[in-house]
Amino acid sequence: MSEVKKFLYVNRKAPYGSIYALESLEVVLIGAAFDQDVTLAFLDDGVYQLVKGKNTEAIGMKNFSPTYSALGDYDVTKIYVEKESLEARGLTLGDLMDLKYEDEDDDWAEKDSIRVVSASEMADIMDTQDIVLSF
Amino acid sequence: MAIEVNGKTYETDEEGYLANLNEWDEDVAKAMAEADGAELTDAHWEVINFLREYYDEYQIAPAVRVLTKAIGKKLGKEKGNSKYLYELFPYGPAKQACKYAGLPKPTGCV
Amino acid sequence: MAMLHIVNKSPFERNSLESCLLHAKPGATVLLIEDAVVGAAQGTVLSDRIQKALESVKLAVLGADLEARGIAQEKLVDGVNVVDYAGFVDLVTGHDNNQSWL
Repeated sequence: MSEVKKFLYVNRKAPYGSIYALESLEVVLIGAAFDQDVTLAFLDDGVYQLVKGKNTEAIGMKNFSPTYSALGDYDVTKIYVEKESLEARGLTLGDLMDLKYEDEDDDWAEKDSIRVVSASEMADIMDTQDIVLSF
Repeated sequence: MAIEVNGKTYETDEEGYLANLNEWDEDVAKAMAEADGAELTDAHWEVINFLREYYDEYQIAPAVRVLTKAIGKKLGKEKGNSKYLYELFPYGPAKQACKYAGLPKPTGCV
Repeated sequence: MAMLHIVNKSPFERNSLESCLLHAKPGATVLLIEDAVVGAAQGTVLSDRIQKALESVKLAVLGADLEARGIAQEKLVDGVNVVDYAGFVDLVTGHDNNQSWL
């Protein structure tokens, strides 16, 4: 087994208007099988992917919001959301889905996966990756 | 493609996965298993029902690793390992059990 | 660690370049390709922003895309580099990592 690499998935587009959001989620789920160090970033319109209370019935598309809640099962536990992007869109953390994971190293305590960070913290996160995949 | 059970037709994809999740019933699961030369026991149903519940909640069929972990948590450690699951579903627990459960093939499963 | 940021959308249509410049660390290179090359021209509403960015990052544009859009090299903001395809490859290999802004 090769060494663990740091993978960052950058999400900058709203869901349903294009295929990017769903494609990203699928790549993350597939990639999770390879035991890498995975981080997800949501900025710009990408923050809309995590907004709760979606109903896609009337547009005839499958609502893939529930799948984000499975990310913890796939050991994807670092989900960074950019503060400036939320604010620019009139959103707060409270508008987003409550994504949790169970910390194996802490007696399976349930913890929040989403962390709101500033643009400059986001820049640092991007700068410390081995692979950056953009969607 | 399609399979017929008790006079009812179920549409499937080219690999035999049910096209419409909502059409699923126990009879079609039994028929799929029979075609594979398998008989569904309570232990099989436990996994099949678990998968249907997982899909209902998360809208995906879980990867084997995730399935194994989740089964262990829900049904007990002695069942949450690949040996147990492969004995029940020798064609691969995710692939074969998902098919009987009427789910699409798990994401990333080739 | 120096990052190569690649932008391919017009900054007059999307915020990709703006977001990229907001996240690019000092010492990074921003390469504009395809529709994004229009962002490097002089006399646009973005020229000042580009000028400012050049204080901390390097900016390059792909010459082929520039020519295809009829933008002469002399019309670029001072300090923006024009590269050919081989130069594009050199930029990729010359940085530790790269990130696309779609």
